Amino acid sequence: MPQYPNRQFLDFEKPIKELYEQIDQAKKLAEKNPKIDYNSNIEQLEALILAKRKEITDNLTPWQRVQLSRHPDRPYTLKYIDKMTTDFVELYGDRNVKDDKAMVGGFASLDGETIMFIGQQKGTNTKQRQLRNFGMANPEGYRKALRLMRLAEKFNKPIVTLIDTPGAFPGMEAEERGQSEAIARNIYEMFRLKVPVICIIIGEGASGGALGIGVGDRVFMLENSWYTVISPENCSSILWRSWDYKETAAEQLKLTSDYMSEFGLVDGVISEPVGGAHWDYDLAAATLKDTIKKSLAELKKVSAEKRISQRIAKFEKMGNFEEVKA
Amino acid sequence: MSEEELKSENSYIPEDDKKSEGESKQRWFQRLRKNIQTTTSEKKEVPEGLWSKCPECNYICTSSELEENLFVCPKCGYHHRIGSEDYFKILFDNKEFKEHFAGIKSVDFLGFTDLKSYQKRLDDIYSKTDLKDSMRVASGQLNGAPIIIACMDFAFIGGSLGSVMGEKFSRAVDYAINQKIPFMVISKSGGARMMESAFSLMQMAKTSAKLSQLSDAQLPYVSLLTDPTFGGVSASFAMLGDINIAEPGALIGFAGPRIIKETIRKDLPKGFQRSEFLLDHGFLDFIADRISLKDKLSIMLRHFKV
Ligand SMILES: [Zn+2]
Repeated sequence: MPQYPNRQFLDFEKPIKELYEQIDQAKKLAEKNPKIDYNSNIEQLEALILAKRKEITDNLTPWQRVQLSRHPDRPYTLKYIDKMTTDFVELYGDRNVKDDKAMVGGFASLDGETIMFIGQQKGTNTKQRQLRNFGMANPEGYRKALRLMRLAEKFNKPIVTLIDTPGAFPGMEAEERGQSEAIARNIYEMFRLKVPVICIIIGEGASGGALGIGVGDRVFMLENSWYTVISPENCSSILWRSWDYKETAAEQLKLTSDYMSEFGLVDGVISEPVGGAHWDYDLAAATLKDTIKKSLAELKKVSAEKRISQRIAKFEKMGNFEEVKA
Repeated sequence: MSEEELKSENSYIPEDDKKSEGESKQRWFQRLRKNIQTTTSEKKEVPEGLWSKCPECNYICTSSELEENLFVCPKCGYHHRIGSEDYFKILFDNKEFKEHFAGIKSVDFLGFTDLKSYQKRLDDIYSKTDLKDSMRVASGQLNGAPIIIACMDFAFIGGSLGSVMGEKFSRAVDYAINQKIPFMVISKSGGARMMESAFSLMQMAKTSAKLSQLSDAQLPYVSLLTDPTFGGVSASFAMLGDINIAEPGALIGFAGPRIIKETIRKDLPKGFQRSEFLLDHGFLDFIADRISLKDKLSIMLRHFKV
């Protein structure tokens, strides 16, 4: 986890940066004047930082929450796997076209239990971001995910997917290789998996690209993640015919975890460290791990057949309409 | 929502291969579509002998001639966009069918407002057309064999996938399972209905879940993709047919051509995302023109019989 001064600050996090700068100054003064005790001063500033983190996240607009979900210091899939598990063996390729670096997966041990982890992966620097295609998978990424899910099913291992994508990649080759079919196939096949499936939106949950690994017995969202049918920017561009209404679009879409939980479209919200997951990777991973373990224990009490019928029934109920006499 | 408004990975605007003619073609196309709409819903008030010009080859014929030819250009075979009423008449014997679940209606439960409110959009369409939503479901006989067909109407918010389509689809599958009959879906959609936000996204899951049940019941599911089929529809049930069929020349894809062009900053090759392109790349079982569609379907469904 990057520490100040390597930490990056979003616009609305700038007051926190200023507090760090004040600590820096206090430390410099302490060096110059060894006789004066600046420790209480520094401690005070550190307490202020914590309070500011809380204050900022308590009053986020939907758009700011979207920004937080994309925070450059936010932990991504491989980070969570690293923090939560041991003996991770990453598995590559769809056995068909290539290995998609935007989608990662493999077996890992969660307190002694083998689980198949799958998720979109974003890069942490410019080079990595390009390599990971900004977390936008191609069809081979979805097919790799499905291959790994079937592998897990064969050996009766539960599946956990970590979702973090601005969407499936809208490219020419993606169309040639059937982006639509790949996503559709995954959604369909995930309903038929005999092992427990837990899906967690850890950052961005955009559209079919997210749902392509998003059908589970339990679906959770991290507090500062979002999940809906389109990104606020694209929604603004289509419905408002301008890129300038992303804030309004984010409000109208009601895409944040609190709404999604209220709507019953996800099974729960996983709380993040004060200020967001980027402030404490260990704590964020520990909370995530707790939720996974608790849900797995519940799901294992149910037979495979019943899990599948409950999985279908859960999604079958989703929708809002009225019925009048035809 | 007009076609101009439908521009994204979820919804899209058709792009003509011949750019110079693009705009006029587009306008003509819309006028023609309006005519077709009126021929289905208010046929009696429309005077006979209305002329119709093919946007592909400029061939001029009367609207009734075009309708007799199942809205396929008699000269070049261009398939005009048509709605559920026309497809039901083309496919069901003696044009006889029973509509199901017609009372399921959209609700603006999120209070979604962009340039106008979702409720206003719905009311506007109700006042302009007879359509109640973007999908209609009907059962009847196809060459003497029972079938239930769900068909989209592009005229209703771009054939968008929302809660109503999801529910109608779901009940149609239940009906097919109860009656032990095949299920067919005719897709024509820009994608998910943004005004229902995540609820529309979840319809992709809901419909696919129902197809899993249909599959367990070993009943055939035929997906016919028509112009256009994009986004949330193509990335769920439209691509999941036991057989996937398309009409000739239909634009079909995940992301709309405009979005792809903006992403890769290159011109797209001619024929990109057309039915023939999808067939070449292995995502369709075959292409069927509208004239031979019914007979091909009936042969195919006979093969599925136990
Ligand atoms: Zn023609």
